[in-house]
Amino acid sequence: MDLFLQQLINGLNVGSIYALIAIGYTMVYGIIKLINFAHGEIMMFGAYFAFIFATSFQMPIWAVLLIPMVIMALAGVAVEFIAYRPLRDAPRLSALITAIGVSLFLQNLALLIFKADPKVMPKIFPETMISLGGVEINSTTLVTIGLSLFFMVLLDLYIRKTKQGRAVRAVSEDKDAAILMGINVDRTISLTFAMGSALGALGGILYSVAYVQVFPTLGVMPGLKAFIAAVLGGIGIIPGAMLGGFIIGMVETMTKAYISTTWADAIVYIILILVLLFKPTGILGKNTREKV
Amino acid sequence: MKKRVVSVLLAVIFTASIFAFAGCSSSKSSGDTIKVGFLGPLSGDVAIYGKSAQSGADLAVKEINDAGGINGKKIELVAYDSKGDQTEAINAYNRLRDQDEVVAVIGGVLSGETLAMKDIMVQDNMPVLTPTATAVDVTTDAPNVFRACFLDDYQGVAAANFATANLTAKTAAIMICKGNPYSEGVGAAFSTQFAANGGTVVDQESYSASDKDFSAQLTKIKELNPEVVFVPDYVQIVGPILQKAKELGITAKFVGADGWDGVQTEYADAAQGNYFTNHYAADSPSEKVQSFIKAYKAANDNKDPNSFSALGYDAVYTMSDAIKTAGSTESDAVVKALNNTNYAGVTGNLKFDAEGNPKDKEVTIIKIDGGQLKFETTIVNK
Repeated sequence: MDLFLQQLINGLNVGSIYALIAIGYTMVYGIIKLINFAHGEIMMFGAYFAFIFATSFQMPIWAVLLIPMVIMALAGVAVEFIAYRPLRDAPRLSALITAIGVSLFLQNLALLIFKADPKVMPKIFPETMISLGGVEINSTTLVTIGLSLFFMVLLDLYIRKTKQGRAVRAVSEDKDAAILMGINVDRTISLTFAMGSALGALGGILYSVAYVQVFPTLGVMPGLKAFIAAVLGGIGIIPGAMLGGFIIGMVETMTKAYISTTWADAIVYIILILVLLFKPTGILGKNTREKV
Repeated sequence: MKKRVVSVLLAVIFTASIFAFAGCSSSKSSGDTIKVGFLGPLSGDVAIYGKSAQSGADLAVKEINDAGGINGKKIELVAYDSKGDQTEAINAYNRLRDQDEVVAVIGGVLSGETLAMKDIMVQDNMPVLTPTATAVDVTTDAPNVFRACFLDDYQGVAAANFATANLTAKTAAIMICKGNPYSEGVGAAFSTQFAANGGTVVDQESYSASDKDFSAQLTKIKELNPEVVFVPDYVQIVGPILQKAKELGITAKFVGADGWDGVQTEYADAAQGNYFTNHYAADSPSEKVQSFIKAYKAANDNKDPNSFSALGYDAVYTMSDAIKTAGSTESDAVVKALNNTNYAGVTGNLKFDAEGNPKDKEVTIIKIDGGQLKFETTIVNK
């Protein structure tokens, strides 16, 4: 039983990181119907900035977390402005291919600047063992889960309770109607990229702290898993991305623990295929008919 | 009449060519230098291995020549770049044989390139000593090919013997990288030997080379609470595994293989107090080792030698001893002398078995302590 609880916590740990990253995919898809493949690289650069601030500048924890989030929020806005905005009225395939291009560009940029060898992420959170009902949990794990949940709740409140949040929802529901209601669509899209990228950067930092290393292809695998999480929960739906992230993290950990380590990735992909086959709109997705 | 002239002419040419080739082969042993070839990757992704081995070999050549050479003749090391590529390696070997007419070859450095050259080397009956190629096939069915390093499974066995005898462990868990022959091979050898020593392998976990999250596997290991965890892999995977194990509060001793070399610099904390098998230890009390390190540092801008340098160094000495004992540079004599090698080197005592692999070679056990590699003991598998 203890072992199961321990594995449950491992699953929550990786799941919360996937959830954070999945939110970025889902928000961007919700608002401009684009799968932003560069999101994984935003996450990777966030981790590199945190690495630099923590090692070269010895900054306190809050700065190591918040400054990269702000920088990557701006970077996300810049990517949208430079690469996606000129293509807003182009076919969706063009924008998708551009996203892949941006992803490759950022990955190789990191390779050029930081080189291929993995950097070792310092432990930025205090390191102690906490006993909870017979289960020993490392404080880093608790901080990771706690921080992810905190920012997810914050985002949810922002989207549901504030004026800008309402604007985001309005644009994702119907862009043309939103324009008619006097909503500044460009600014709302920028805001979405900023929020998604900031959470992605946080996900990257937590991922690199949990798994020790920072390297140019850091964003690829977690990015892919988070994308699957977003599709699983229902792409475009924020609570769906969170749910999907936790499910993927849990499935992955439990497969490794009780079935087979080599099957873990395969089972995650099988779940994606099954979802696409039987409920293409995802767990929380509603079937909406296109009006002709 | 005309026909006859042509045939006479042809006969003359053929006869002359026989003498010409004979002239070539006799020049091998004439002159006052003995040419020995060196092959390894000196450029590209894996250049570090070739260059390290070459710097060790260069040092040995310099020392031998300063001490008067082999039977009064100086050694000349002719080094060519294999670029870690199999075709390049074969071309470079052909050049060594035809153009430079070397009497023996040190190399290749990697298993792949050595296997590529092996068949031609066997045909030529060229005395070959590879310092670092670990693949089993390198020496099979090749009476003239020898190797200076121990094989992967040999160090797995040594690690198991160390765990049983020195750590008095009765239970062990193993973590291996699926699809990596090095990790799987060393892991399997450890598993078999540990069981043969009377221990129990309580768990065998695996992961893939691209995995970053080891918490599920390590949580299982923690629950089973073995005394030793054996992780034969390279630093970039071992580091995060050790880190996660520490976070989870696993108290078992971790033991690894030569892929761990370097773990002390970036993962000092996580690796503290753990052990791995290696070819030699820089702080070994052996005088041979200390004088090698001193000479190497003097010749290489104060840089520390690694295992590749030490093995390259030993390979040249072994080959030069064989040529000296043979008293000639004829292939058969040199191969025969290599078979009777008994050389006390930096990486341990070198003797060859029937296959041309090191026999009863010492495996050095290293402990990671305070970010340093400390000599622990040496193990000879019985």
